[in-house]
Amino acid sequence: MKIDVGSPADVHAPDAVPDAAGGTVLSCRGLRRDFGGFIAVNNIDLDVRYGEVHALIGPNGAGKTTVFNLLTKFLQPTKGTIDFLGHDITRMSPSEVARMGLVRSFQISATFPHLTVLENVRVALQRPNGLATQFWRSVSSLDRLNGRANELIDAVGLSDIRHNLAADLSYGRKRVLEIATTLALDPKVLLLDEPMAGMGQEDIGKVSEIIRSVSKRHAVLMVEHNLKVVADLCDRITVLQRGEILAAGNYETIASDARVRSAYMGIDNE
Amino acid sequence: MADTNLALPVERSTVAPYKILFLVMAIVLLVAAPWFFYPIFLMKVLCFALFAAAFNLLLGYTGLLSFGHAAFFGGAAYFTSHAVTVWSWRPELGLLFGVAGAAALGLVIGFLAIRRKGIYFGMITLALAQMFYFFCLQAPFTHGEDGIQGVPRGNLFGVIPLGDTLNMYFFVLAVFLIGLFAIYRIVHSPFGMIVKAIRENENRAISLGYSVGAYKLAIFVMSAALTGLAGGAKALVFQFATLNDVTWQMSGEVILMALLGGIGTLIGPLVGATLVVTLQTYLATSVFPVTIVMGLTFMVCVLTFRRGVVGEFYHSRTGRGLTQKDGD
Ligand SMILES: Nc1ncnc2c1ncn2[C@@H]1O[C@H](COP(=O)(O)OP(=O)(O)OP(=O)(O)O)[C@@H](O)[C@H]1O
Ligand SMILES: [Mg+2]
Repeated sequence: MKIDVGSPADVHAPDAVPDAAGGTVLSCRGLRRDFGGFIAVNNIDLDVRYGEVHALIGPNGAGKTTVFNLLTKFLQPTKGTIDFLGHDITRMSPSEVARMGLVRSFQISATFPHLTVLENVRVALQRPNGLATQFWRSVSSLDRLNGRANELIDAVGLSDIRHNLAADLSYGRKRVLEIATTLALDPKVLLLDEPMAGMGQEDIGKVSEIIRSVSKRHAVLMVEHNLKVVADLCDRITVLQRGEILAAGNYETIASDARVRSAYMGIDNE
Repeated sequence: MADTNLALPVERSTVAPYKILFLVMAIVLLVAAPWFFYPIFLMKVLCFALFAAAFNLLLGYTGLLSFGHAAFFGGAAYFTSHAVTVWSWRPELGLLFGVAGAAALGLVIGFLAIRRKGIYFGMITLALAQMFYFFCLQAPFTHGEDGIQGVPRGNLFGVIPLGDTLNMYFFVLAVFLIGLFAIYRIVHSPFGMIVKAIRENENRAISLGYSVGAYKLAIFVMSAALTGLAGGAKALVFQFATLNDVTWQMSGEVILMALLGGIGTLIGPLVGATLVVTLQTYLATSVFPVTIVMGLTFMVCVLTFRRGVVGEFYHSRTGRGLTQKDGD
């Protein structure tokens, strides 16, 4: 069972694609998704650029998670196209696009609860290091991934609890573990669905710092409700409302937009 | 496997000394057992214990509940019996043929079933296993209602006569231990780690780039193959293969054994199988109807030991749920 695809990604080496800040890595045009008769998202155009943090904001039910699911292929779009590193990925499977370097986190924290912190990160490292299919070898053969795994764990500040089960971690630390796991794949684009929801102020600062440093060498698209974080962290903002794009631009543009202000009444003071 | 992890100062990845002691004692007891118990009974226990452990490789470590494992168990019994009876193959080769047949069957059934989850997965495995049952009922080589009778045990590697009960017992014991070691190895392997991750959070595994369908199919085929090992061995022990082993009741029996002992542990299914086979053997000569007593036992056990006998034991010792650890 060989799991890596000799995917279209090999045709153009991914590195041949825009590395300079501002080059588009992931984009979609006219994206739409219907659930029965209900149009959850419609007419979405997005460009996620290398070296930038792009925020997707909007009230509850606006369709942010649906856009994530469409971009990462967990849902098929009813209409529209998605382009990643110059390849049309509209019809690919979610694991294929993940292997190409488009990696997401989930709104509800997604760890492997009954594996340790170290094992969680190692699971992400196993496939790229060709250590995922050997059923005849001892699990101790995974120890050679510990060096890299521990680097990532140290980088997000979980060193002291690397042998704890993920299930026993606090909510904030689970989210941080998720980021470390995502980073283990060295993705081209990270899609983070509310990475800081439910975190304390201190954790928010820490995670912002991690995301900022990550964005220098990756592209980040994140859903975030906390507008202070968005203002601090994000270079570009797209506002969704009832499944459609209400406004897009940098924070100043967005903040001065009358429609956005009315859509966000109340949330602004969070 | 005991000291491979010493590089890491982690208590949970080294095998505790008491476990090794336990293992050695268990093997000594199994070696001595045929002088104290009826060997045919012991061999039956070993075959069903391996069957239950192989079934549990799927249920306990992936959460996939198959209602069709009798197809692999009984199927392998037919394949092995046919190979040694009609083609006069040596027993070990016949056994391997049974394993290969069960694996091939597992590939087909698994391929059609793994796309579905929960009850749908179970129903598809049941339906396909029933189709296989009707195939066995009709196909000429199974001899329908009669089954394949008078299966010769032959000479192991062409030299050791398995007609001798004690030889046969040690052969079955070796097969059993090899099968169990294979299960242990699979569970505690890089591949097993990914399977566990998929059980824990399938979407997360997908988002890390794993083709979860391929992993599920692989573990399904492994479970089928090891079930085939048990089924082939059983056919050699009893020297016949019948429709009984491919019925849905047989699929139900192995579920009962695994649940009774405790799923998700290596030992649980072994204990469960031993309990069930022992009960059946005693009840066979008593006035009580077997099915009713089995049903009642199952109900009592499920109500009192929700985690299975072994699961409850672990739980009382560690205060943790079963699936929380590797549980070996
Ligand atoms: N699988 C589905 N089937 C039917 N409707 C769905 C499905 N997924 C999402 N929806 C609907 O689509 C709309 C957008 O949901 P989505 O989860 O994308 O919102 P969101 O912006 O992520 O909201 P939140 O801030 O609460 O996370 C909602 O009205 C939701 O009920
Ligand atoms: Mg959402």
